[in-house]
Amino acid sequence: MSSYVLEGNTGTWEIVVGLEVHAQVVSQAKLFSGASAEYGGAPNAHVSFVDAGFPGMLPVINRECVAQAVRTGLGLQAQINLVSRFDRKNYFYADLPNGYQISQFAHPVVGTGIVEIELQDGTIKKIGITRLHLEQDAGKSMHDQHASKSVIDLNRAGVGLMEIVSEPDIRSPEEAGAYLRKIRQIVRYLGTCDGNMEEGSMRADVNVSVRKPGEAFRTRCEIKNVNSVRFVMHAVEAEAQRQIAVWESGGVVEQETRLYDPAKGETRSMRSKEDAHDYRYFPEPDLLPLVLEQEWVDSLKAALPELPDDKRRRFCEQYGITFYDAGVLTAEQTTADFYESVAKGRDAKLAANWISGDFFAALNRTGKTIETSPVSALALGQLLDLISDQTINGRIAKDVFEEMVETGASPSAIVEAKGLRQVTDTGAIDQAVTAVLAANQDKVAEYKSGKDKLFGFFVGQVMKAMAGKGNPALVNEAVKKQLG
Amino acid sequence: MTIAEAGAALAAKKISAVELTAAHNAAIAVLNPRLNAYITATPELALTQAQAADARIAAGGAGALTGIPLAIKDLFCTAGSRTTAASNILRPFVPPYESTVTQQLLDAGAVFLGKANLDEFAMGSANITSAYGTVENPWKRNGSDAKLVPGGSSGGSAAAVAARLALGATGTDTGGSIRQPASFTGLAGIKPTYGRCSRYGIIAFSSSLDQAGPIARTVEDCAILLQAMAGFDAKDSTSAERAVPDFRAAVKGGVKGKKIGIPAEYRTDGMSPEILRLWEQGVAWLKAEGAEIREISLPHTKYGLPVYYIVAPAEASSNLARYDGVRFGARVDGEDLIDMYERTRAAGFGAEVKRRIMIGTYVLSAGYYDAYYLKAQKVRALILRDFQTAFADVDAILTPTAPSAAFGLGEKMGDPVTMYLNDVFTVPASLAGVPAMSVPAGLSAEGLPLGLQVIGKHFDEETVLSVSAALERAAGFSALPTIRAGVSA
Repeated sequence: MSSYVLEGNTGTWEIVVGLEVHAQVVSQAKLFSGASAEYGGAPNAHVSFVDAGFPGMLPVINRECVAQAVRTGLGLQAQINLVSRFDRKNYFYADLPNGYQISQFAHPVVGTGIVEIELQDGTIKKIGITRLHLEQDAGKSMHDQHASKSVIDLNRAGVGLMEIVSEPDIRSPEEAGAYLRKIRQIVRYLGTCDGNMEEGSMRADVNVSVRKPGEAFRTRCEIKNVNSVRFVMHAVEAEAQRQIAVWESGGVVEQETRLYDPAKGETRSMRSKEDAHDYRYFPEPDLLPLVLEQEWVDSLKAALPELPDDKRRRFCEQYGITFYDAGVLTAEQTTADFYESVAKGRDAKLAANWISGDFFAALNRTGKTIETSPVSALALGQLLDLISDQTINGRIAKDVFEEMVETGASPSAIVEAKGLRQVTDTGAIDQAVTAVLAANQDKVAEYKSGKDKLFGFFVGQVMKAMAGKGNPALVNEAVKKQLG
Repeated sequence: MTIAEAGAALAAKKISAVELTAAHNAAIAVLNPRLNAYITATPELALTQAQAADARIAAGGAGALTGIPLAIKDLFCTAGSRTTAASNILRPFVPPYESTVTQQLLDAGAVFLGKANLDEFAMGSANITSAYGTVENPWKRNGSDAKLVPGGSSGGSAAAVAARLALGATGTDTGGSIRQPASFTGLAGIKPTYGRCSRYGIIAFSSSLDQAGPIARTVEDCAILLQAMAGFDAKDSTSAERAVPDFRAAVKGGVKGKKIGIPAEYRTDGMSPEILRLWEQGVAWLKAEGAEIREISLPHTKYGLPVYYIVAPAEASSNLARYDGVRFGARVDGEDLIDMYERTRAAGFGAEVKRRIMIGTYVLSAGYYDAYYLKAQKVRALILRDFQTAFADVDAILTPTAPSAAFGLGEKMGDPVTMYLNDVFTVPASLAGVPAMSVPAGLSAEGLPLGLQVIGKHFDEETVLSVSAALERAAGFSALPTIRAGVSA
């Protein structure tokens, strides 16, 4: 494993990073109310009296949100705590209706776990999970809608969040990015969070410190609400550079909360330790301790989908594809499903090459996703079948595929309509070879005097003469024979 | 007239619900300006409900409370009726929803005469902290016209029932807020087991302590009301998923062979001799009824008040954070958000509420949490264990309800701690979550009512009711307050 260090004026520095990932729970209703948890909607359309903190309103835990947290914990190979508890985190803000957030401070529902990340050089690194707890989201304040007033949208207030806290095991921007991508991949596989960072359904607080190799941890700063993998990586580096500069100029890094400014590529202070809130956590008296039955946890575990790491290993074994290819094909559940339906009963390596090659290229080019792809798994499978049964050759297949992308037509229809069937009539092939050799007497002479490389030229000319439809093996054979 | 009697008269069509309600409306119109028992009277709504009750009786579908006029403590949210918690901060608040307890009373056919006064956010023991004025106790000392407090926080509820401005009332009890005013006004009042009644729609003071319960003229009336108020509610996670027993039947249960505990620790230094005599009289009555009396120990009793005055303000400081002027209630605009908060809360909350918010904020603060809140929780567990240990040997516990009879308006107001001492006998049962009832047992030398308290096991309100009813029968309490409907104005 290559170790990442930053060079300062006083030597090399190592960075230490831990992430707190806030992942919005996929559920019909909010964590403690029956209001819709759906993204969007007119402002304040998804708000119950509980969410708005009206007098006498009480929270009632949404069982499905708990199930989602447990599933996520299982996906992180983590300890599931059968008894956990909710606490109140008290602070005043206009978009926090109750004046407190219901969270799990002392006793989270999920304890320690492990996530494996893969780095560019192919090494695998384990990152420890400290805990996962459930909490409510706050509403949204908007300060730019009115000249003198702020406006509040409580649609998000009360929506369930999972806060996934890592150990300070991350040592480079690359690892931070890989970790966040991996968490995102796992929750998306599990269907517990949609991982949509643009809509804010996943965001990260990044804790960064620097140290000389071998030292104990130094003071860390927390960068709040970073909302893309790229920004996390940039923020880690920018903050590490800032801290190194502070230390090297004889200063002291103060523990504080900072914000990352993507436009300037730097972090800036949000509030210092002195201004830090005293959240006055105490057990939420409106809720009983959350007690789970082991049987219920077991049933959730049994119903868990195959996780990305397991799927990747299985793809290698079952389909004989490379670890790298398996990684690409299992990045998303939908890609993996697509691959499996194409590969099933076919040449699995050919399927892998087609999907990670032409198919992905076509999606990129057309701005489509697997879900909106003009070429279905069924159609791509049919195309591969046409190659396997020698109806068309690989070269023609690429043209047929492009036509499929454009028109959505089935491959066999395209082949028939355009007369692209492969020519296996040896008479026709021999005729074409004879014509090509006759037209290139000089090259034939060169070939015969030892210039073997020209063989490919003759094959190419024959294929060209046959509009690409010649069976490559038969063409090869015929050229070889006639060149004698 | 009791609820039981009124119910029988309504069922027999000797009176109509409209007549009964109109009489109460009229009495409220006469006496409420003086007693201030109601913050908001709703006479027209009451008449509409009474008409519906009469129709229901005529149709033969009457429930236990059909046509019974009640006062509702203004801490219960009532859909369409202003609900203030006796605070300025909720002066304009009309809830769009109904509390579960009041909904169940409505379902049983009850008529709501109005919203009863209380200490602001139920914080107080004398009903003197209400932003809508103090409540006067309808009782007078012998030969004196001095204004007395009705107790608190359910002081308006108690005064209304005592002065015949309602047949019964809902109250809430966090540290004695049903039992102490019941004792001060010659009424019966029960705080059921924590979790017996839903807290949904009741404005929260201290979530782990608040319980709804009835105040009425007799133990049986309390049983009838509690029957309708109690029950599991999916909207309150702390409500108990248990069947509600037949409380009215339990009233007739008697105490023969029941073991009654007398806790030595409640015999405090400086206890008034007449309270002590009343307590001994209660013991004698129960013994005479066939109960077995046992001396017991509740060793952590003396920590009850200190624990209560940490836990309750801590929870209150958090529960009251929502009154910020942003979404409902009163708002005082400011320079910015923080300024608006400060102005709104400074204007909206009274001194006692502010005091408790500050105490609660302090005990939860970093550096103090362990010494105060956490320690208090540990001692609270010990207090609970005291009761569990005691209840291994006895069926119920008998104590005085309050250390004194009703005191005068303006007395005990020098410092808050003197006022807090009112709750010394009621707070431990609240901390333990066990049911407890005050029943009128006699008069003080000055002619004021005094109550005895019966404490029972978790979810054993039946024994509490049967023991209380035995005391009620033995005491034969029949004195009436000086100020009451039809007598004085």
